Amino acid sequence: MSAPNIANCSLRELRTLLDENKISAPELAQLFRARAKQYSHLNAFLRINENDDYHPAAGNFLDSLPIAHKDIFCAQGEKTTCGSKMLAEFVAPYDSTVVENFRNAGMNTIGRTNMDEFAMGSSGEHSAFSASRNPWDENYVPGGSSSGSAAAVAARLTPVATATDTGGSIRQPAAFCGVTGIKPTYGRVSRWGMVAFASSFDQGGVIAKSAEDCALALSAMAGFDERDSTSLPQPAEDFTRQFDQPLSNIVIGVPKEFFSDGLDNKVASRVQEAIRQFEKQGATIKEISLASVKHAIAAYYVLTCAEASSNLSRYDGVRYGFRPTENNDSDLTTMYEQTRTQGFGAEVKRRILIGTYMLSYGYYDAYYRRAMKVRTLIARDFEQAFTGCDVLLGPTTPSPAFALNAIADNDPVAMYLQDIYTVPVNLAGLPALSLPCGFSGALPVGLQLIGAPLAESLLLSVAHEYQKQNDYHLQMPAGVQ
Amino acid sequence: MTWETVIGLEIHVQLSAESKIFSPASTVFCNAANTQVREVDCGFPGALPVLNRRVVDCAILLGTAISATVNQRSEFARKNYFYPDLPKGYQISQFEYPIVEHGEMWINGSQGEMRIGVTRAHLEEDAGKLIHDHWATSSGVDLNRAGTPLLEIVSEPDLRDINDAVLYASEMHKLVRWLGICDGNMQEGSFRIDANISVRHPGDELGTRCEIKNLNSFRFLEQALHYERERQINLIEDGGTVVQQTRLFNTASGETRAMRSKEDAHDYRYFPDPDLPPLLVDDAWIAEVIATMPELPRARAQRFINDYQLSSYDATLLTADKDFSDYYETLLAQLATDSEQRNQHAKLCANWLCGDFAALLNEHKIEISASKIDIAAFADLMRCLINDTISGKIAKTVLLKMWDSGEHASIIIEREGLMQISDSSALEKIGNDIIAANAQQAQQYRDGKDRLLGFFVGQMMKATKGQANPEQANEIMKRLLAQ
Repeated sequence: MSAPNIANCSLRELRTLLDENKISAPELAQLFRARAKQYSHLNAFLRINENDDYHPAAGNFLDSLPIAHKDIFCAQGEKTTCGSKMLAEFVAPYDSTVVENFRNAGMNTIGRTNMDEFAMGSSGEHSAFSASRNPWDENYVPGGSSSGSAAAVAARLTPVATATDTGGSIRQPAAFCGVTGIKPTYGRVSRWGMVAFASSFDQGGVIAKSAEDCALALSAMAGFDERDSTSLPQPAEDFTRQFDQPLSNIVIGVPKEFFSDGLDNKVASRVQEAIRQFEKQGATIKEISLASVKHAIAAYYVLTCAEASSNLSRYDGVRYGFRPTENNDSDLTTMYEQTRTQGFGAEVKRRILIGTYMLSYGYYDAYYRRAMKVRTLIARDFEQAFTGCDVLLGPTTPSPAFALNAIADNDPVAMYLQDIYTVPVNLAGLPALSLPCGFSGALPVGLQLIGAPLAESLLLSVAHEYQKQNDYHLQMPAGVQ
Repeated sequence: MTWETVIGLEIHVQLSAESKIFSPASTVFCNAANTQVREVDCGFPGALPVLNRRVVDCAILLGTAISATVNQRSEFARKNYFYPDLPKGYQISQFEYPIVEHGEMWINGSQGEMRIGVTRAHLEEDAGKLIHDHWATSSGVDLNRAGTPLLEIVSEPDLRDINDAVLYASEMHKLVRWLGICDGNMQEGSFRIDANISVRHPGDELGTRCEIKNLNSFRFLEQALHYERERQINLIEDGGTVVQQTRLFNTASGETRAMRSKEDAHDYRYFPDPDLPPLLVDDAWIAEVIATMPELPRARAQRFINDYQLSSYDATLLTADKDFSDYYETLLAQLATDSEQRNQHAKLCANWLCGDFAALLNEHKIEISASKIDIAAFADLMRCLINDTISGKIAKTVLLKMWDSGEHASIIIEREGLMQISDSSALEKIGNDIIAANAQQAQQYRDGKDRLLGFFVGQMMKATKGQANPEQANEIMKRLLAQ
């Protein structure tokens, strides 16, 4: 089997290759590492491991299979940069639960993937190190903030990659790169050791080629963790447990608000085609309304910026991380100012400023408190929707990937609107995934499925049924074949 | 024109817990810098706080002891500001929804029994410490204290008298130690007071207040309040106005000086901490904690008065400290099993504990738990007094020896031959010798100079090195002199 063919294998196929000794674990990792180096111009990886990094866990399905980690998960003794100059030289003194879980499953870490700085961004262009490129067209962005994880899976540089999603950071790049990505219910994956952006939104998840691969990886990743007070008490589960059930009992709700004026025609067509396929497979389609989601973007940016302004206060140059060498003898305030002025990028500074303002005396009620009310309303809208539907469906993004540098740095709102269909889910803490549903020219289009709390297994099984009927998720960008 | 002082106190109580409020790091005082620091305490990226249940138990105990509402739902918030001793750039505290509200303390103050309202008590974490004297051009950060659990107890501005304010603080100090939720060590900063004070003419609106920060002794509290009261009155009488300020007390000069005024106060940008879900305390949890609640000092003092017929003064002394009070109760229990007998000995034991023993503890500045004299040894001493083996005077000597060695009283008495002489024939012989040697005084006594009896009894005590039974000595001398 050729290297590209092996690289395009599912986790089950790779498991079989290993079990039948068609390839050894070190050879498999080497194959992906070599590809990662070969396609390094995609800037999907920030660092590629030179050596194997795993402890065999015989009997575990994931044992010896390669994985890449978004550079937001701490791993003891390793750099964890979070895409920022602030943490460019930071070596984590402890393991995140996510890294620990995959290590316990025996997975072999092949490297660290690129990301928008502190997970703030929707294009990958806000990485302090380099902008990742979309493997389907290198002049286009892969989306963000999990830009490197999505690009790496799309280019078949790793079979699976960890990612995080605060307002769409798993689903939007998965959509732009033609791969499958799931953001679980808030609290399912431990945040211990995952660098915080907005704590009440941040949720770890995975990006892989298919829903099945996502389910297999997520089964090792999720589960209660006493070190994270917001962790849900649900134990780990086998997320493939609902697979291979017919869709005839499934009611899919289609929120009309997700087909608003800003939606690209071709994206709309692909999503309509997906709806027809689900219908053909026996699902019942029902139009619904989520009246409050029109306020989602505003509420989302108020709340996430507020939390970020506080979460990022710890980067003060005192204990670890970046601290300018000049001005070292001056006063404390200058040290703070220079550390944060030079250590943070423009987008991060913008959000810290917005958040600081929102929380300031006299503004708190008008912004933060009101946004919290909107958050409650949106959660209620979803709750209501799930009384009559099993799954909600819509486009993941309003358009396919846009060109690099297409959205100017001085027009942040245009960038923020990229998240219009993804942020309502984070406000409500629900599980959602994005899977490829066709193309707009050369660029993939993503379909979003949203579930009720803890409905990951159902979501993944519905996506899996869809992927049984087409091969969008198996198509490889021409440049990496 | 008379001035009225209005005082409210905020007391920061360091809670007795083995680990920090949000991390498993130890809270032991004074270890090498930055050795008691976990990921959360250092504010590492991705580190998350997990609430220590013990600190909630402490808050429930205090809340119940001051008849407060223990809120079934409270919330942790972030207080944001930059300082090198604050590793996360925010302090986790309770703001809008504290765990304890609407309590009261009773003090026996200037107006007799007085109720002082307690607005709230909330949980929060302490900050680290800056070290300035080690290097010429830079400062160091020690994060051992960062994350140490604190309970901040805020009183209503109900205090009108500086002595009452000091009394309230010392009663609170006594209570938190009694409950076992704070070691009360003020030098180490386990109990720190911020005092809010303003002055006004009686009946006027409240005056502008100043807050004096970080007072770590009752004497400093008193001095600072006196200074600040005078300062504000003088300022107003000279035509000035008090500016709302945070002030620091200089322990050397006894003066307060401005630290910052309201205009440059921080905007702390409080908001609910998204890393910590609301703290839910159900009835079962509260009941579980209340089951461990000791009898409170005021209730115990009242019981001592009722059951043991102790004076209010003795009862207060015997409930000033829980270990001391428990020592007393155990002592009584060891002396007698039936309550009637116990009540008989109650006064004697109270006198000895509050008198000579307390004096020794004070003199050596040690806690009763650190004394070598255990309860069994002390009970032995009391028994020797009760059955007249020794006199009170000898008992004082024996107690001193016990203090040094920790031995039981009877062992010392036996070894040193300190038993009381109750053999009347022996005492009569000594008596006759004394009368023979002091014939002149004996004649004067017989001529009616009654008070000379004391002289003769004194001579007998001297001759027996104090071992004569004093009552018997009295009786025998009286009888012999009359012959």
